Amino acid sequence: MAITLSTSDHAIPATPLSERLSTPQIWGIVLLAPYALVFLAFVVYPVGYGLWLARHPASYVALYNDPIFARAAINTLVFLVIGINFKMLIALFLSGFFIQERSWIKWLSVLFILPWAVPSIPTILSVRFMFNPEWGMVNQVIFKLTGEDGPNWLNDPTVALTMAIGMHIWKSLPFWTLILMTGRLAIPGDLFEAAAVDGATWWQKFRFITWPSVRTLYLTCTLLSMIWTLGDFNSVYLLTGGGPADLTHVLSTLGIRYLRLDQLSLAMASIVCALPFVVPLMYFMMKRLSR
Amino acid sequence: MKLPSMKLPSLREVSTEARLLLIGIPVFIWTMLPIYHMFLFAISPKEDAFSGKLWPANPTLHNFHIVFYQQHYFLRDFWIQFWNSTVIAVSVGVLTLLIATTTAFSISRLKVPGGRWVMNLALFTYFIPAAFLAVPMYRTMGNYGLLNNHWSLILAMVTIASPYAIWVLKQASDKLPVELDEAAIMDGATTLQLFRLVYIPLMMPSLVAIGTYALLLAWNEYLYAFLLLSKDTDITLPVALGNFLAADDSPWELLMTTGFIYALPPAAIYYAFKRYMVGGLTAGAVKS
Repeated sequence: MAITLSTSDHAIPATPLSERLSTPQIWGIVLLAPYALVFLAFVVYPVGYGLWLARHPASYVALYNDPIFARAAINTLVFLVIGINFKMLIALFLSGFFIQERSWIKWLSVLFILPWAVPSIPTILSVRFMFNPEWGMVNQVIFKLTGEDGPNWLNDPTVALTMAIGMHIWKSLPFWTLILMTGRLAIPGDLFEAAAVDGATWWQKFRFITWPSVRTLYLTCTLLSMIWTLGDFNSVYLLTGGGPADLTHVLSTLGIRYLRLDQLSLAMASIVCALPFVVPLMYFMMKRLSR
Repeated sequence: MKLPSMKLPSLREVSTEARLLLIGIPVFIWTMLPIYHMFLFAISPKEDAFSGKLWPANPTLHNFHIVFYQQHYFLRDFWIQFWNSTVIAVSVGVLTLLIATTTAFSISRLKVPGGRWVMNLALFTYFIPAAFLAVPMYRTMGNYGLLNNHWSLILAMVTIASPYAIWVLKQASDKLPVELDEAAIMDGATTLQLFRLVYIPLMMPSLVAIGTYALLLAWNEYLYAFLLLSKDTDITLPVALGNFLAADDSPWELLMTTGFIYALPPAAIYYAFKRYMVGGLTAGAVKS
C-alpha cells in the first residue's frame, strides 16, 4: 500500500511536469488579464495623467493665492484629526456596548447598521432639511418650546463644518463599530472570567485585556478611515455645498469644485498638495498590512 | 444574611440595565432620526410636511402616487432614472464578479507568477481617496470618449469594486483544499473545467456576497455618477435627487419620497444577504 502510494506520488510531478506547469500558468495569465487591463486603464493611467497635469508650478502659486484653498486644507485637517479620532473612540465604546448579550441590544444593532446600509444621498438631504432655518423640523421644535427662532444652522461655517463631520460620523460609525466588535469578540472569554475572579474593575479589564488585543486593529481602522475620509465628498457637498461663502470646503469638494469650474490643473494641484497627508498614511498602512 | 445577598445583585442588575439603556436610547434616536424624518416627509401631505409635527395629522400615500406616475416637473424621468440605476448596478455586479472571480482563481489556485504583486497593487487603489481619483478619472473618461455614456460609470465602479472583491475571493479560495484541484486534474480535468465545475460551485456563498456588495456600491454611488453622466435621461437616481437641490422651490416631500423609494432596495438587499456580508467583513477584520 505504502509503495503504491509513494510511486504514484512520484509519478504525478515526473511525467506531465511541463504540461502541468505551463498550461495552467498560461491560463492564469489569461484569466488575470481582464483585471490587469482595468487596473492599467482606470487606475494607472488616470493617476499618471493627473500627476502630469499637476506639473506646472503656476498652479501651486494660484492655489497659494486662493484663500479658499487654505481654508479647505485647515477644514480637512480638522475633519481628519478631530472628526475621525472622535468617531473611532465612539466606535470603540459602542463596540463594547453592542457585544452585551441582551435581546434588545441585538435588535438595536440591526437598526444601528441602517445608516451604513442605506444610500447616503437621501439621508444627508433629510438632515439638510431638518436643519433648514425656516421650515426645518429642528427650528420648528425650538420655536414651539421657547417661542424664539432657532439659529441659522448651516449659515455659520463652524457649525456647518461640525454638522458635516456629524453627518460623516452618522454614516460610517456603524461600519467601524462592526469591525471593532469582531475584534472584541475574538478575545477569549476566559480572560475576562479570570479577571473577574481577581476582582478587576471594568477599567482594568479594558486597560489590560481589551485594549492590548484590539490596539492594532484600532490603529489600522483609524488610519484607513482617515484615508477614506479624505475622499468623503458627499457629507460636505450635499450638506453645506462648501458654503457659506466657500468656508466649509474640504480638499475633496474643492478638487471637484475646480473641476466643475474647468480648472483641471488647479484641481489636480490641490490633490497633489494633499499628498503629504496621504503618503505617510499609505506608508503606515502598507507596513501594517504586509506584516 | 441571605436576603441582602439576594437583593444586591438584582439592584446591580437594574443599574447595569439602566446604564445600558442610557447608551441605547440616544444611539437609537441618533440612528433613526434622519431616516424617520425622511419617512415622515414621504407620508405627509404638502401642508403637513412643514408643520414640525412628529406624526402627520393625515398620513397619506399621495406622494408615492405622484412619484410613480411622474406627475411633477422634477420627476418626469423618474422611471428611466430608476432603470438607469438598476442597469448600471446589475452590470457592475456581474462584471465585477466575472473579473474578480477569474483573477482570484488565477492568483490563488493557479499560483500565477506575480499574483501576490497584482493583489497588493489592486489594494493600493483603496489608498487613493475616492474623490481624488474622481478628478483624473473624469478626464480619462473624456479621453476615452466615454463621458455621458453608461459605460463610463460602469467601468469606474468596477475599478473601485474589484480590489475588495478580489481580496475577499482570494481569502475564501485559499481555504479550499489543494487536494481538490489535484484530484480533478488526476481525473483529466482541464483548467477551464476545474474553474467551471469545481471552483465556481464551491465558491458560491462568497460569490453571492461579492455580487451583492458590488451591486450595492454602484447603486449607492453619487460622486462618480454626478461627474460622469449629465443628461436628464442618462443620470441615475442619486444624481436626480441631488439636482432637486438646484432649485429654490424644490418639493421636499417629493424629494424625500423619491429618496425613500431609492433607499429601500439596498436596505432590503443588505438585510437579505446580511449573513454573507458580515462574514466577508469579519474575514477582513481578522486579517488586519
